[in-house]
Amino acid sequence: MEKRDFLKSNIQTPESRRAKLDQRVRRAFWLFSGIPLILALLILVALWLKSQPILLTHPITKLLFGSAWKPQRGEFGFLPFISGTIWVTLVALVIAVPICVLTAIYLSEYASGRLQRLVKPLLDLLAAIPSVVYGVWGVLAIVPWVQNSIAPLLSQWSYIFPILTKTNPTGYSVLAGGIVLAVMVAPFIVAIAYEVLQTVPFGLRQASLALGATRWQTVKYAVLPKAATGIFASIILGCSRALGETMAVLMVVGNVPQIPRSIFDAAYPLPALIANNYGEMMSIPLYDAALMSASLILLIMVLGLNIFSMLALRHVLRERV
Amino acid sequence: MKWKWQYLEEKFIQFLMLISFGLILASLLAILFTILSKGLPSLTWAMVSQTPKGGFYLGKEGGILNAIIGSLYLALGGTLIALLFAFPLALLLNVYLSKTVWADWVRFSLDILWGIPSIVYGAFGFTIMIFLGWRASLLGGILTLALLEFPIMTRAMDEVIRRVPPDLSRAAYALGSTDLETAFFVVTRQILPGVATAVLLAFGRGIGDAASVLFTAGYTDRIPDSLFSPAASLPLAVFFQLGTPFPEVQQRAYSAALILTVIVLGVSLLSRWLSHFLDRYSIQ
Repeated sequence: MEKRDFLKSNIQTPESRRAKLDQRVRRAFWLFSGIPLILALLILVALWLKSQPILLTHPITKLLFGSAWKPQRGEFGFLPFISGTIWVTLVALVIAVPICVLTAIYLSEYASGRLQRLVKPLLDLLAAIPSVVYGVWGVLAIVPWVQNSIAPLLSQWSYIFPILTKTNPTGYSVLAGGIVLAVMVAPFIVAIAYEVLQTVPFGLRQASLALGATRWQTVKYAVLPKAATGIFASIILGCSRALGETMAVLMVVGNVPQIPRSIFDAAYPLPALIANNYGEMMSIPLYDAALMSASLILLIMVLGLNIFSMLALRHVLRERV
Repeated sequence: MKWKWQYLEEKFIQFLMLISFGLILASLLAILFTILSKGLPSLTWAMVSQTPKGGFYLGKEGGILNAIIGSLYLALGGTLIALLFAFPLALLLNVYLSKTVWADWVRFSLDILWGIPSIVYGAFGFTIMIFLGWRASLLGGILTLALLEFPIMTRAMDEVIRRVPPDLSRAAYALGSTDLETAFFVVTRQILPGVATAVLLAFGRGIGDAASVLFTAGYTDRIPDSLFSPAASLPLAVFFQLGTPFPEVQQRAYSAALILTVIVLGVSLLSRWLSHFLDRYSIQ
């Protein structure tokens, strides 16, 4: 109360005007700082409302686990698209995770300071390349490579691993999408895993080295156990980026609405479904609601992974920030 | 004999690490090489100085000036609007709310927004535009891109502001300045290089994003003359031309991809140089 009276009584002096402006902006900022939260909720609610028509008329289990996709006959089963998304993402992770984690360990534990400073801009560069350009690269380089080299090579083992059966004469496949995605998420995973490794106290390494451990033993027994949560979170974060990636995957994955059985099958991930069909979504009843619920499913998958990894990372990186 | 096994393991794992590191570098080089070698042969002056003429999508005359201009309009507009919100939010977040629970929530929701895929932003923007009765237009694209860039920019600025030495604001407070004056006259000057980097980072993301403008900005062969006319964009020019069955048109898609890559990498280099240049004006 006292402070406010003081402000009122001195309304003419420049000091109080400055203080008052500060107070006003401070109060207004409370509202302003709510924008991100409101925006996030607004996106969720808008997609939820727009997908209501289809959620009300079709049982949710049939939508999520039905595999018939015939919009003209009113059948909307998202299983081919959800499984396509998961397949492509898993293939990308299988390729990217070992490479990225090893690279992050190399940069953090082995590389010289000069190399570390040199690599950061290169990773930024890799992360800055637009996804359409990745898509063009995929079409020009990866798809023919999968078709001509990898598929004939790996399908020799298809009698042991049915997942390697060559079913598709072209290279437009889950594997091509996975390779392109792996390159796209690599800079994210490497950058975050590297930061997590840097938070491990140097005393731990010194203690381990002083006991006569080799460098790799130090990493294996002292550094990695401490950094495991954070590295895991970085992988999940990369995974959620891969789930939502649209254009690059759309261009190389073949876009056939089927449940893939082999890594050489074509697939049709959720983002590709949304991007490819927005043109005709007004002409077929319930089609727009179906595409909006596809966005909603995608958003929920991504949000779940993101929130999980952010909570884990927040805990790990807190000491540093 | 145990030391020998350890030695082998060490060498083996180092070998694997070098291979992994090499693979990542090699993929970067492979992308740049592919785009350069395929894009350069068909890159002509007409490509960047003309709009599409009749029969362009069958391989006839014309260029992609419409997409270049459209992309610049979209990304500039989106970056400007995002900056209007991102800068005060990041700055005042650290001055007024520095270590409160609410600030944690704001950062948390910014991270959530940062992780939302651009196709979902596109779908959301499209929904809002239908609700308002708008057609696909430059303005719709700009607003959607602003949504996409806003969290990227804010988080990047926030990281920079957090690293400002506390002594700086303490000195300002000691001279009698209010929180607001400290933020806008003292902290702002200190974080200028970081702000420039954040803005250019968001610009680069915005100009390269296709999924969000696909629904909202549309595509046209003309250079947009008002905020309410549709606008073409470079990523979509690449995408649509690659989708045609004609080799001449696909060739143009490659050179459009090259132009886009050059713009994005140029922006990335510019941000590096600019932050280095502006660093002179901040206290180390």
